[in-house]
Amino acid sequence: MVARPKATQQTALARALDHRGVLGAMFMLPAALLLLVFLTYPLGLGTYLGFTDAKIGRPGHWIGLENFEYLWGDAVTRLALFNTLFYTVVASVIKFGLGLWLALLLNKHVPFKAALRAVVLLPFIVPTALSAIAFWWIYDSQFSILSWGLLKLGLIDQYIDFLGQPWHARFSTIAANIWRGVPFVAITLLAGLQTISPSYYEAASLDGASPWQQFRYVTLPLLTPIIAVVMTFSVLMTFTDFQLIYVLTRGGPLNSTHLMATLSFQRAISGGSLGEGAAIATAMVPFLLAVILLSYFGLQSRTWQQGGTDK
Amino acid sequence: MNDSSAAAAAASAVTGAGESQGMNYLVSLPRRIVTVYAPLAAFLIVLLFPFYWMIVTTFKPNEELLSREGNPFWVKNPTLAHVKKLLFDTAYPDWLWNTILVSVTATFISLFASVLAAYAVERLRFRSARYVGMSIFLAYLVPPSILFIPLAAVIYKLQLFDTRLALILTYPTFLIPFATWLLMGYFKSIPIELEECALIDGATRLQILVKIILPLAVPGLISAGIFAFTLSWNEFIYALTFVSSSEVKTVPVGVVTELVEGDVYHWGSLMAGALLGSLPVAVLYSFFVEYYVSGLTGAIKE
Repeated sequence: MVARPKATQQTALARALDHRGVLGAMFMLPAALLLLVFLTYPLGLGTYLGFTDAKIGRPGHWIGLENFEYLWGDAVTRLALFNTLFYTVVASVIKFGLGLWLALLLNKHVPFKAALRAVVLLPFIVPTALSAIAFWWIYDSQFSILSWGLLKLGLIDQYIDFLGQPWHARFSTIAANIWRGVPFVAITLLAGLQTISPSYYEAASLDGASPWQQFRYVTLPLLTPIIAVVMTFSVLMTFTDFQLIYVLTRGGPLNSTHLMATLSFQRAISGGSLGEGAAIATAMVPFLLAVILLSYFGLQSRTWQQGGTDK
Repeated sequence: MNDSSAAAAAASAVTGAGESQGMNYLVSLPRRIVTVYAPLAAFLIVLLFPFYWMIVTTFKPNEELLSREGNPFWVKNPTLAHVKKLLFDTAYPDWLWNTILVSVTATFISLFASVLAAYAVERLRFRSARYVGMSIFLAYLVPPSILFIPLAAVIYKLQLFDTRLALILTYPTFLIPFATWLLMGYFKSIPIELEECALIDGATRLQILVKIILPLAVPGLISAGIFAFTLSWNEFIYALTFVSSSEVKTVPVGVVTELVEGDVYHWGSLMAGALLGSLPVAVLYSFFVEYYVSGLTGAIKE
């Protein structure tokens, strides 16, 4: 493939080192070592732990499906599964809607476009745990600025207990998650929008397409591949969310905001039942795989469709 | 455009802003305010309010914080008491130092490993390079919240529990896959002819990587570096699980676990902690917005 110099002064060792196989292996070594020890091995170990009764400080014994059977009958785990699905679906749908809207707005000719784009991404780049603390203060039952504002506007007559009641807490945490996620969706979709050639829109408007039709028949089909990728990441991040819940509610009140991740942390680290916690974490894997496969095959059929319609 | 259809066209000429002709643009200005500027302003207010609120709370004296009278959106008697308390009465400076140390070290380790790995996969094309590339992408999709329990066991076995090294060694698990993926894209864009010329001139692969590829991939390196740094700075679940002594904690974990103890919440110093912990990444980000965004979108777009 590539012309190889046959310099006579090269020693056998130097030649061996320059061989693509040997060199490739050497170059891969640091990354492979770190990833095998701290990613692949733990991934396998986690699955194994899920089938044991390991506790912190005590190696476990193989107990088969016992953990999973117990968890299936456990009301808190079932609630956490429901919460996780509810949280993921509601937050992802809204993040997609608002993110796409924001991306379309930022794609128009507005003054200070670059600065706007930079500012919009701020919620995504600051540590979630820290912005969650700001939300905690915003949601405070006694001094909430939201309650203060709504009270002054005459919309409510007493302070709202944002994090103290199950459904309030669910929607409050979802709102905070949306706040953090919309910039990510918007900025990545904006990058997709910018790759769409303006000539498509010119052609469409010459054919008399309305703005809605241009969006529906030009923007959306061309954006679909990137939407699929962005939303896969967004759903994965939301489904495995931990920090926001840990900071805002620790799963309360009455476990109404526990997600699979926070529950597995509570059982494994706070409660010491490594095996049980690992089983909860393992139970998340099929959902994650389903999302990845769905987007992978969805994406494939979509690109095929596009190829078909373009020609 | 016909006169008869002008009115209808004006009403619908909101999109395709740049391409719209002068007259249309003038007619649709009020509509633009409603459909573009007003929603944009609403987005900005909602997205930025928590930061504004952090800043206001940081400088508010306690009396103002706990009173429902007056205008809460402004500070009447600004005070530095909360910041002073944070910096002198808590371990916050330690946390800040730990976060910097861990983030910088983890970022450099990851960049080093990723450059080599990306070059190997993208350019050396050794046997099974394709599968290695695929598995790196899959590693990118493994979320920390399913890894932290077994990782805690590994850390414990390696006797790294409660050390900074535990974080420095585990952060690369989510940094390397991302950085490698990003750098593979950058390396792909560098013409292979450059390398072939160097090979003919007798350069070794290592020389090519250091003297030709890396200088050309500097934007990619900056993107990956900035992104990796912010990811490490923001990391929470590993730092929460693998570290328990106050003097080894990072800022996000320290603020959440140590400033919140007790029944009386010190909102002022909590917000000061959140603000000071967010500022470094925000400032760094503001200098490298373009690189950050290209890292973000590059990593997503494959």
